[in-house]
Amino acid sequence: MKPNTVRRTVGYLWILPALLLLLVFVYYPIVENFRLSVYKWNAFQPEPKFVGLGNYERVLADPVFWTSIGNNVGYAVVSVVFQVGIALILAAVLEGVVAPRLRGFLRTIYFIPATISITIVGLLFRIIYQPDGLFNSFLALLGVHSTTAWLGERETAIWSVIAMSQWQNLGYTTMLFVVAIQRIPREFYDAAAVDGAGPVRSFFAVTVPMVREMTTLLMIVTISGAFLVFNEIMATTAGSPGNSSQVLGTWLYQSAFKNDDMGYAAVVAVVIFVITFTAALLQLGYGRLRRVEQ
Amino acid sequence: MTTATSSPAKTRMRRSRIKLTPVRGLIGLVLAALAVLVVFPLVWMAISGFKTNAELYGDPWGLPGEWRWHNYERAYEYGVIHYIGNSLVVTIGSIILVVLVSSFAAFALVRVKIPFSAPLTMLVLGGLMLSETVALVPLFRIMRGIGLYNSLFGIIILYTAFRVPFITFLIRAYMLGLPQEVYDSAVVDGCNTWQIFWRITMPLCYPIIISAAVLQALFSWNEFVFALVFIKDDELKTMPVGLMTLQSKLTTDWPVVFAGLTMSAIPMVLAFLFGQRYFVKGITEGMGK
Repeated sequence: MKPNTVRRTVGYLWILPALLLLLVFVYYPIVENFRLSVYKWNAFQPEPKFVGLGNYERVLADPVFWTSIGNNVGYAVVSVVFQVGIALILAAVLEGVVAPRLRGFLRTIYFIPATISITIVGLLFRIIYQPDGLFNSFLALLGVHSTTAWLGERETAIWSVIAMSQWQNLGYTTMLFVVAIQRIPREFYDAAAVDGAGPVRSFFAVTVPMVREMTTLLMIVTISGAFLVFNEIMATTAGSPGNSSQVLGTWLYQSAFKNDDMGYAAVVAVVIFVITFTAALLQLGYGRLRRVEQ
Repeated sequence: MTTATSSPAKTRMRRSRIKLTPVRGLIGLVLAALAVLVVFPLVWMAISGFKTNAELYGDPWGLPGEWRWHNYERAYEYGVIHYIGNSLVVTIGSIILVVLVSSFAAFALVRVKIPFSAPLTMLVLGGLMLSETVALVPLFRIMRGIGLYNSLFGIIILYTAFRVPFITFLIRAYMLGLPQEVYDSAVVDGCNTWQIFWRITMPLCYPIIISAAVLQALFSWNEFVFALVFIKDDELKTMPVGLMTLQSKLTTDWPVVFAGLTMSAIPMVLAFLFGQRYFVKGITEGMGK
């Protein structure tokens, strides 16, 4: 072999660990998941049996599956409103109105919940949401008397978890918007002021268009995250009461490891794959579009 | 470079625009209320960790009759410190492994110029589009098959494998921006590829490696799905799953649970308060700017 060929072959050693890990633990399982989705097997019947699209038919006919998707959609909508919409307004207010020293302090405070593990937050809110818990006594302070078990009722369980999630994540996206706003050249605001724009006009005329990139990215990331949500539910309701707060992730887990219905779980995984893969393609496409524009 | 702190000159300019008006007063009030809303549950959690059950339910807003450090000791005895320890092992282990593996890969793609580097780049970065949940069912068989089920090392491997695409993406982008001249002089000095990697590339990549480490720490410290499915023994559980066990062991003794929760929250909150600059930089880099 020529020395050059040796060097080139040795060059592959650099990327070999990454490739091995990816192929064995990421790519192979995902391909395998597609294959398994047309088989039926469980602990008592370890030899998989081919069932064609049978698992898919069962999933699509299952009301719990549709409840789960509905809850994921609800999660996505509320999260976009708070973690993109309200976070942007909050960041603009912090940067535009608040005295600088206080500004940094508030940003830090708002961010703290995002550093705390979801399990901790979930267990904490289990108590906060109890009938005699902090949330109801907070409502009583406002003059609303409630004895609702917020995580125990079919109508309120999922929305209470979604609310908790906004409490935890608002500061995170606000921080990202703050950074994006700080990158806007000051001259844009000065020019808007010369044109007689007040704070609200300059928010819409300068801030919103200038952070559009961050807004789009956060929107995609937030929606994709809402379809992958898992820990928030497991730490609070685990899908109860009566599967009313299941999401795709927890329903997959329940099907696979509690109901011992692996083929069914594999189909749910395929659905999650299709949704999050599409979101990722959008993100990628948007990134490329941006580079072309520049 | 961007950090969340403004430069003094910018600060002065902005301060001159700020006048106190009723609207501003109202905004201030809303922001302060929001801050209380965010912090109060956490302070309440820490304080409730000192209470008795009777105090917790009878007087949820009040302070404990005495500061019962005993609750924190009991949480400790129930294994909270093991959970935190396991989380530290998994977090530090996966940071080191993912940074190494990803730096190697990025170096191969950017510097060593191996043949077929374009499709290989796509293969590595394509992993960005895949999520843990989707792989869960087949992974269960794989992990059992190769004996990595119920081991911290297995978890470290998974945390590395699923984050290699993202961390490689970050480091690769940074390496692409490094100037060519430093390499040329190294080659003239007779450095081989291995030496170039350790003496030149890695030291220059220091800022992005810090960001990568922060992002990986946030991920591993909080990861739940894999930790739940692939760890069986209580002694091996990481903090997010271990705390669920703690709660089920102590169903009625919530103050001790709160003490355990508070203890588990402290490391990351402190890390954030002291290293806020790195957190902000890390999560901003993570958004791909």
